[in-house]
Amino acid sequence: MSDDEITRADVCAVAIAEAFRGDGERLCNPIGNLPLIGGRLAAATFEPELLLTDGFYTVMDPQSPDDVPAVGLDEADRLATRTVAHWNPYREMFSLLWRGRRHVMMGATQIDRHGNQNIAAIGAWHQPRRQLLGFRGAPGNTINHTTSYWVPNHSPRVFVETVDVVCGLGYDRAAQLGPVAARFHEVRRVVSNLGVFDFGATDDDGTPVMRVRSVHPGVTVDEIVEATGFELAVPDDVGESRLPTDDELAQLRRLDPSGLAAREVPAP
Amino acid sequence: MPGPDKRLSADDVVAELASGMTIGIGGWGSRRKPMSLVRAILRSDLADLTVVSYGGPDVGLLCRAGKVRKVVSGFVSLDSIPLEPNYQAARQAGTIDAAEWDEGMLLLGLQAAAWRVPFLPSRAGLGSDVPQLMDDLRTVRSPYPTRVPGLEEVHEDLLAVPALELDAALVHQHRADRSGNAAWLGEDPFMDDLFVRAAQRAFVSCEQVVDTSELVDVADLTHLRITRMDVAGVVEAPGGAHFTECPPDYGRDEAFQRRYAATAKSDEAWDEFRRDFLEVDDAGYRAKVEELREAAGSEGARS
Repeated sequence: MSDDEITRADVCAVAIAEAFRGDGERLCNPIGNLPLIGGRLAAATFEPELLLTDGFYTVMDPQSPDDVPAVGLDEADRLATRTVAHWNPYREMFSLLWRGRRHVMMGATQIDRHGNQNIAAIGAWHQPRRQLLGFRGAPGNTINHTTSYWVPNHSPRVFVETVDVVCGLGYDRAAQLGPVAARFHEVRRVVSNLGVFDFGATDDDGTPVMRVRSVHPGVTVDEIVEATGFELAVPDDVGESRLPTDDELAQLRRLDPSGLAAREVPAP
Repeated sequence: MPGPDKRLSADDVVAELASGMTIGIGGWGSRRKPMSLVRAILRSDLADLTVVSYGGPDVGLLCRAGKVRKVVSGFVSLDSIPLEPNYQAARQAGTIDAAEWDEGMLLLGLQAAAWRVPFLPSRAGLGSDVPQLMDDLRTVRSPYPTRVPGLEEVHEDLLAVPALELDAALVHQHRADRSGNAAWLGEDPFMDDLFVRAAQRAFVSCEQVVDTSELVDVADLTHLRITRMDVAGVVEAPGGAHFTECPPDYGRDEAFQRRYAATAKSDEAWDEFRRDFLEVDDAGYRAKVEELREAAGSEGARS
């Protein structure tokens, strides 16, 4: 692969970056390699006011596009390339997120049409067939601020009719809580290796459900429907996910010097 | 006047604990865990414990050794190995009870106990399966109206996160004096000070005991987070967090952590690990770890 060749991983990174468009002075908090690359791409290009996590205990405030640090650095380089603006130990992260100034992108072992997410366990929670991460911060994140999801392996095992355990809450759970309790809830975007999804459609009750927003170049809507275990809303005019601009492509190569994105989403 | 000398050995600390107790363990995942104190519990006949933790190998080891009745956690992870294999095995085998909370809820439960109030209200957890699956969680209705423009005024229901009252807390700090004033170094205090205040009795292990007058020299004032008023005992334990990380004093011993993680795979691996690293005293443990390090070093030199 030559450096100026655009890959599926690049398209995913741009789609992830797009999820953070318009966020302004908020903590952009993607979790996982490709989400990190995408979030930092947004900060280095069209969303320059974003603040970033260093993945540990500080909030970074890059002073120029090239001051947005690359991912996958060793510890010495990681520390040397961060412009620290705020001390953010875990207790402070809870304060920050309970205040709502954050947009997180998490993974999902399972996700359903209303955007309920499971990372805790597969099977019955009391004695699971497979114990996973636990609830971690998903309940608190989703009730307090904007959340998006990244799924590198779009399949009916991930996009399921009903999740086994609700960690991050979706729109049906939010509706049950009522408009006041759920006033900070927003599941904005789901990005997978096949396409981009939002919650711009509604079911018969008026509850938001997952809708195809765009398909990545080389992917068909039929393929996505086939790989999804619930009925997706499919608009008549589904377009293609956009490609990176020249500037974005240059930033992507700089932000991901070791090619982590391509390892997570290999060329189809 | 100097405070009382509360220095103890790890085994002295364990002698103060009893089966059936609720024990809080500081640190976060595989970061700054009081591992020498955990190993002392593993050497004892304590059993039937309820463990409250942002869990890492502390929880996994105690589960693997059959010391645990119940784990209350926000997660249990080895960080570089995302799923704690011994906790995972215990959950899948159904050999322990579990309360898995949102991470932030655990902070509120500890804070409530530390402030001696029965609960603190939380938005985190609402609408998820946490309150549905953990049968001891209740909600509370706000006595105050919430007014949101454009919406009908309501009295909000919030999760009432119950105080996590601990019989004992075990935390590892970088420096402490002999009476229990303690300081952390690095970038995150984790919730150690809250664990200490949530407990009837708190025990602090540390990398190094220093004179009280030296504390402000070895750590920034803002890191003097634990006071002797809240501490029952101090254990000087250099390397006491091994194999978890304790920066800036040392990082995680990833090779050792992989060796530990393999104990979930077979009883033979567990028996070998137990013989080499758990059925020995602290000096024996350190000697064995040093031996491994030298072996790895000489192998590295050959290749």
